Amino acid sequence: MTGVYLQLNYIDLAIASVLLLLAGGLSIALNLGLEKTLGIAALRTTVQLTLIGLVLKMLFQLVSPWWTAFAALAMVMLAGREVTARQSIKLRGGWSYSIATTSLITAGGIVTILALTTAVRPEPWYDPRFALPLLGMMLGNTLTGISVGMERLSATLKREKDAIEARLVLGHTRRDAVRPYVREAMRAGLMPIINAMSAAGIISLPGMMTGQILAGVDPTEAVKYQILIMFLLAGTTSIGALIAVLATSRRLGDERDRLRLDRLRETTH
Amino acid sequence: MLNVRNLKRLTLGPIDLDVDAGQIVALTGPSGAGKSLLLRAIADLDPNEGDLSLDGESRDAMEASDWRRQVMYVPAHTGWWADVVEPHFEGLGRDHVKAILHRLGLESTALGWQVANLSTGERQRLALARAVAHTPKVLMLDEPTSGLDAENATRAESLIQQVADDGAGVVFVTHDAAQAERLATQRLRLENGTLTEVPT
Repeated sequence: MTGVYLQLNYIDLAIASVLLLLAGGLSIALNLGLEKTLGIAALRTTVQLTLIGLVLKMLFQLVSPWWTAFAALAMVMLAGREVTARQSIKLRGGWSYSIATTSLITAGGIVTILALTTAVRPEPWYDPRFALPLLGMMLGNTLTGISVGMERLSATLKREKDAIEARLVLGHTRRDAVRPYVREAMRAGLMPIINAMSAAGIISLPGMMTGQILAGVDPTEAVKYQILIMFLLAGTTSIGALIAVLATSRRLGDERDRLRLDRLRETTH
Repeated sequence: MLNVRNLKRLTLGPIDLDVDAGQIVALTGPSGAGKSLLLRAIADLDPNEGDLSLDGESRDAMEASDWRRQVMYVPAHTGWWADVVEPHFEGLGRDHVKAILHRLGLESTALGWQVANLSTGERQRLALARAVAHTPKVLMLDEPTSGLDAENATRAESLIQQVADDGAGVVFVTHDAAQAERLATQRLRLENGTLTEVPT
């Protein structure tokens, strides 16, 4: 630590909330009709963050492997819900949720444990103060990759049905017939993290690094942490998107090499 | 050669059908009767039940891709997976393909054409050529001449006849009674999910 950590009090927050009133006032003045949504969102952010603050405080004091695992599982399940909620075309019968959750738990689990035991090395390794924020960052980024990858694959297979079946009737295997679209979906899933890595430090200052700097950590130290996180994110997103896209591709076919678009459902937002 | 027993797919069937080597079966029936669904089910493109076999070998005992290569379905509107025509004929002998293209009134240069620029008739003839070039044992054609002018329809019919003369079985869907008359050795009508023979 090189700097000083400046604590905020509730009056500081009250002053900042004046800006919220300004946004609300603009909405009314310009007739945007957003003042109610804005108010609810502000209330949600306050309540949700306060609660998670209390929960994290409790978990950090407990340093229990079971409670930490329980919290991690809850995070994965919520992330899985978020993946499905974002898709406008998804698999019927809860398959989108199952595939998303399985991919998240596998990719997020492997990389978080790897980071905790080899790079960060807290004592004990499952210390929730390190494990949960790391997992949270992994999930937040990976769920975008998984969601984009799965949705792109479903939409493309639907659009290219005639082309795929044209290959199937000529005796091509389904694997060969869908390969270009699986590749395309993987690329789409990985683009956000690649863009984030390219833009980091130039266009955007990543949130975690900014947070550490505000907390008084030397910028060069904060940067090292951020680079580690970026690599971990790239790893998790690749593993997660790969599992999710391949599983979706499998579900959209069957043992007789058919294209099973009847297993898709479109939702309108 | 191709034996279909108790084929069921949604409202279709149970259907029995036999196609022998050299035979040309015309399949007629009102729109929406399920003629395309029947051919798709035989090709195993949609979930279906039934006992199907080719030369005594059961469909269930064969890989789906092997089955489809031998019992080949050509939809009325087929898809294309590359920008140029040629990759769609990959793995087939060039001279063999060109001979088939010529029979359908297409030049050899057709292989270099852009798929996006093809007319309906060109697409239809290329799709037929693509399937015939694989020399399947059974060829199932869904309205193979619907988008062709009279001259090209005659060429397509002559190629279909040739395929049967070479020992393949052919099933084709048509709305043209005269065409069924000209080509078919057997005529079947699909209505209300059942198949009946049309006396000639």
